[in-house]
Parts: sequence; structure tokens; C-alpha cells
Amino acid sequence: MLFIHSSSSEVLRMTDIAVDLKGVTLTYGAFVAVKDVDLKIDKGSFVTLLGPSGCGKTTILRSIAGLVTPTSGEIVVAGRLINDVPIYKRNIGLVFQNYALFPHKTVADNIAFGLKYRDVPKADIERKVKRALDMVRLPGVEKKLPSQLSGGQQQRIALARAIVIEPDVLLLDEPLSALDAHLREEMRTELKIIQREVGITTIFVTHDQEEALAMSDRIVVMNHGLIEQNGTPEDVYRTPATKFVASFLGQSNLMTGTVVQAGNGSARITLDNGASIEAKAPASLKAGSKVTVIVRAQRLEVGKKAANGANKLKGRIAATSYLGGTAIYAIDAEGMKLQANTIIDDQVFREGEAVDIAFAPSDCVLLGEDDRRLV
Amino acid sequence: MQPRQAEDASGVWGWRAVKIVTILVYIFMFAPILVTVILSFNASMFGGFPMTGVSLQWYGKLFQNEAVLRAFKTSIWIALLTAAVCTVIGVMAAIALTRHEFRGKQWMNTLVILPALVPETILGVGLLLLMKWANQPRSYLLLVLGHIMLALPFVVLVVQARLIGIKRVYEEAALSLGANRFNTFREVTLPLLMPAIVAAVLLVFTISFDNITASLFWRPPGVETMPTQILAMLKISISPEINALGTLMIVITVGLPLLGGAIARILSGNRQ
Ligand SMILES: Nc1ncnc2c1ncn2[C@@H]1O[C@H](COP(=O)(O)OP(=O)(O)OP(=O)(O)O)[C@@H](O)[C@H]1O
Ligand SMILES: [Mg+2]
Repeated sequence: MLFIHSSSSEVLRMTDIAVDLKGVTLTYGAFVAVKDVDLKIDKGSFVTLLGPSGCGKTTILRSIAGLVTPTSGEIVVAGRLINDVPIYKRNIGLVFQNYALFPHKTVADNIAFGLKYRDVPKADIERKVKRALDMVRLPGVEKKLPSQLSGGQQQRIALARAIVIEPDVLLLDEPLSALDAHLREEMRTELKIIQREVGITTIFVTHDQEEALAMSDRIVVMNHGLIEQNGTPEDVYRTPATKFVASFLGQSNLMTGTVVQAGNGSARITLDNGASIEAKAPASLKAGSKVTVIVRAQRLEVGKKAANGANKLKGRIAATSYLGGTAIYAIDAEGMKLQANTIIDDQVFREGEAVDIAFAPSDCVLLGEDDRRLV
Repeated sequence: MQPRQAEDASGVWGWRAVKIVTILVYIFMFAPILVTVILSFNASMFGGFPMTGVSLQWYGKLFQNEAVLRAFKTSIWIALLTAAVCTVIGVMAAIALTRHEFRGKQWMNTLVILPALVPETILGVGLLLLMKWANQPRSYLLLVLGHIMLALPFVVLVVQARLIGIKRVYEEAALSLGANRFNTFREVTLPLLMPAIVAAVLLVFTISFDNITASLFWRPPGVETMPTQILAMLKISISPEINALGTLMIVITVGLPLLGGAIARILSGNRQ
């Protein structure tokens, strides 16, 4: 486990850019699948493209791989402009959702496939195949056919086949989504460990936010072919840049209101239901602005009596989902619908009970009228 | 319990009826074949029942019949040539039609199967008229070209069906690993396509070998294929020799597809 700790800081120190997309746009007929995307990916980092179905994640991956050609913009991989380089000359590792192992070739021949086209001597091929199998923790399956392996094992072979050619970048398109939930979590950890071990630049596509948060150095949140936010998992989770990011990742409460007083890094806001709250705010914020206040469901405290110094709202429990250690409350706060995910310390509140809701000014993120975070 | 039993009883009768009908259908389908095969071993001078003894004399006679042997050779050559050309062109057409986008693809897709839908007699006359207009004599080339035209749609259809089933990601994976388009085809697409190709070759061979309608129109003067030869012999008499010949034809045209099926199954079995 040592390498995980040591390399994560090393990765951040390395500033070489492995993949650089400059103004990439890709259209299918009249439909714009990817709009003017700028994206730099650090060498050795693990970057996740996260977004709802159809937002253009696969399209970006395929354009880096060379399976589709961007309508405009530049793609630079390892310092080389590759727009006009055919896929088989790009040196890119691809792993697909459904493994795509050659069904008529043995595991060894599958892994050796890319090496053969790189003029690697025969003896070296054998050694590399063996090492790749060790790496994915499947030693000794050389002679088997893909159909004789389980889904999880096949995906490991697919990973080995892509990594063994030492590609400039490894592209993974929802590689875990065909696996069942338990295996998926196991593979998630393993994939991350292998990626760290090899130190390979990886672009991972998923629409599973948990996967993204757990595995990534950076998350690129996409919607409708646009990048909504590009940041560390903590960044995108704690300080969503747009309304879309706030509602796509985790459970957020969105409260609209008007700034009545601003200054000293904080603002007083009158919410639309009449309640007055205080929120951390950028210096540029002016009184009179319309804002949306975002507070994570986990950051709302629910109790009979809220803590001092925090913002307080009055509410009534509309529904309770009791989950053992935690509870999810749907709350009606004087006309405003809120959700609170809380850890239960002594008491579970039931439907109809009156409660106080509290949250700290520092847990508020403010969005302007364009639904973007105010900075 | 009572109604339940009654239902079971009627169910049993229902199934029995289905069985009987099935058997009758099979008898109806296979009786002519069986009769031909049995009578080919008949010792009698006449081509029909009753059997007067078992003998291989008609086969012996057949193998001494120059005309039959020549027709047989002609048919085999034409079928082989048709199969070879159709397979190469058909596979290429199927790939173009499934893997590439081009203008008029939809039209091509429909047009390529047209010869399989138009009655053979009409195709026969049509091609002949075309040749007449071009002032060309009937020749072997015309005959082979005609057979190719008749059989090509089947290759395209069979190979296309299989190609649609071969996921594109296999080819994409090969390309991403550094194989160019040709090597990707050779190492990935072709092996996965093999069962369909084997099936197509045998199907085409059989179609060509069996064809009579179109061959009657297209053959050069004095040339007989196996089926036209049989027809010519039948015009004279129903000789037991024809039964022997028919039996051989059955063995070839039934045996080949069965063999092909077996090969295809082994080829795809390797990958299960
Ligand atoms: N070959 C194509 N022709 C036309 N439209 C396409 C094509 N491929 C993708 N699209 C469209 O482009 C958009 C982006 O597709 P893409 O596959 O990149 O989405 P995605 O983010 O990977 O979604 P998912 O999570 O469902 O895989 C989609 O709306 C899709 O319908
Ligand atoms: Mg996708």
C-alpha cells in the first residue's frame, strides 16, 4: 500500500502534460456532441470524465483514441499533435465496457497482440505477457480462451492487454459497469492500485459518481458536451462550480434568495421563504443580487434545538428514511423543501415533528444568476 | 382433479396428432428421395418398381457414360469457380455494406439481393437478351457469370448477417493495439467471419451445382451441366441410370451443406 501514499504527492508534483485538448468540438451531423472542450491532463494522473448519459464522455475518449475525428480543435498526446495520426499509430491503450477480448485467441495471444505490432522480440513478448498477468493477479491463465474466464477476469486481461504496450495514455470507457456490484468495488481498488504501480496516465469514463470520487485525482464533470467543472474530488464535491454539478454530485439543497448585506467575506441573505441566513461570500458580492445558496444534505443538522452561531431554519419532517446508523429526512422548512442526511445520535424524528435545521455559513456555496459559483 | 385430467387427456391427443402429422410431412418430403436412392440399386431394366434384385450395375454404367462424366466435370468446375468468385466479392460487398458509410448504401443493400428475388427464368432471358444486344455468343464465361449473379446475393446475406453480429469493438481494439486495417481484418475479422464464409461457399456451390433453369438459357451450344444432362436423359426414358445419378447428386448437394455445417460448428466451437 506504500506506493499509493508516496506516489499521489509525486503525481501532483509532476507537471508534464500527457494529454492536451485544445478547443475540441465534435459534431454528428447537426448534433454537437462535444463543444469547444479544453482539457489538460497531467502525466501519471487518474482523471475521470463524469456526467449523465449522452453528455459526450465516450466521444471525447474516442477522439483521443482516434476512432472519431474532431470537427475542430487540436489533440496533443505526449507532446505530439495527433489529429491526423491514424489510430494504429497512436500508442494508446483502450479498455471497453464489454472487454472486447478477441474470442478466438488465447489470453496470451490477446495480451501479446499489441507487442507483435511493436516488433518486440519473441522471448521478450513471453516475459512481458507473464509479467502483465502477474500484475493483474491472474498468473497461469495464458492458455485459456476468454470465454473460459469470468467477467472480472476478462476485464483484467483487457487491462493487461492495454497496459502491456506501455501506451502514452490509458483510456477506460466504463470498464466496471458490466460487473456486479461486489466485484465492481473490488476491481475499483485493484484498478487504482495497478494504475499507481505502473504510473500510467489514465482517463476513466463513468456516470457513477461514487466511482469517480473514490478513484480520481481529478474529476471532469460534463453536461451536454461541455465541461462544467474540472477539479479534485474534494473540489467538485465541496465547491460545485455550477448548479448542474451541485445537483449531479451527491444531494444538495438549493435555496434561492436575495443578498441584503455583503462584506468581510460574508453576506446576509433573505431566502424566498422569508428566513434570513448568513453565508460565506466572495468580496465581489453586492447587496441586492439574487443568489442560489447550496448546502449539502450532509451538512444540515436536524434537532430540537439547533447549535449556536449557526444559521437556523424552522421546519417540519415530511418523510423519514431510517437507515440504521443514519437517517434521511425530507423537511418542509416554511415552504422550502430540504433534504438532510444525518447521523443519528439519540433520536429519530418522525413524520410531522417540528425540528430546527442548522448549518454553518462556511458550508454555503453561492451561485449567481447564471447558475455559476460566485468567486 | 377431474377437469385437470380431462385436459391432460386432450393434451396427449393433441400432441399425438401433431406427431402423426409431422411424420406424414416427413414421409411426403423424403419419399421421393428415398425412392430414387432405393431404385438406383434396382437390378431391373426399368426405372420404376418393382425391385427385381439388388445391383450396382447402374452406377457402373454411369461411370462409363462419357456424356454424364463430362457434364459432371462441367458442373463441378462451374460450381467451384462460382463459389470462389462469389465468396471473394460477396465478403467484400458485405464488409462495405456493414462497416462503411457511403451515399446510396441503402439502395445498394436492396439491389444486391434483387437477383435472389427475381424469378430465374426472367433473369435467364434478361441476361440472354443483353448478350444478344451486345452481340456476344453464349459461352462458358456467360454461364459462370450468370451463376455468380444468382449466387452472390446469398453470400452477401449470409456474411452480412454474421458481420453484424461481430462487435465493432474487436476491430477497434485491434486497431488501438497497433494493427493496421489489413492486419485487423486478417487477424480479427476474418477468423470471426470464417463460419459464415464456409457456409456461404458451400451454399453457393450447391446453388450453382443444382441450377437448371438459368443454365438452360445460358449454356453454350452442346454443353451440358449435370442437371441439364439429367433433363436430356429423361426426355429419352426413365432409365435406372438416372436414379443412380440422382442419388449421387443428392449425396453431393445434401452432404456438402452438412459438412459445411459441421466445419462451421467446429470453427465456432473453438471459441466457446
Ligand atoms: N455515431 C454517432 N452518430 C450520431 N450521434 C452520436 C454518435 N455517437 C454518439 N452520438 C451522440 O452523441 C452524444 C454523446 O455520445 P457519447 O457516446 O459520447 O455519450 P456518453 O457521455 O458516453 O454517454 P453514455 O454514458 O450513455 O455512454 C449522444 O447524444 C449520442 O446520441
Ligand atoms: Mg459512453
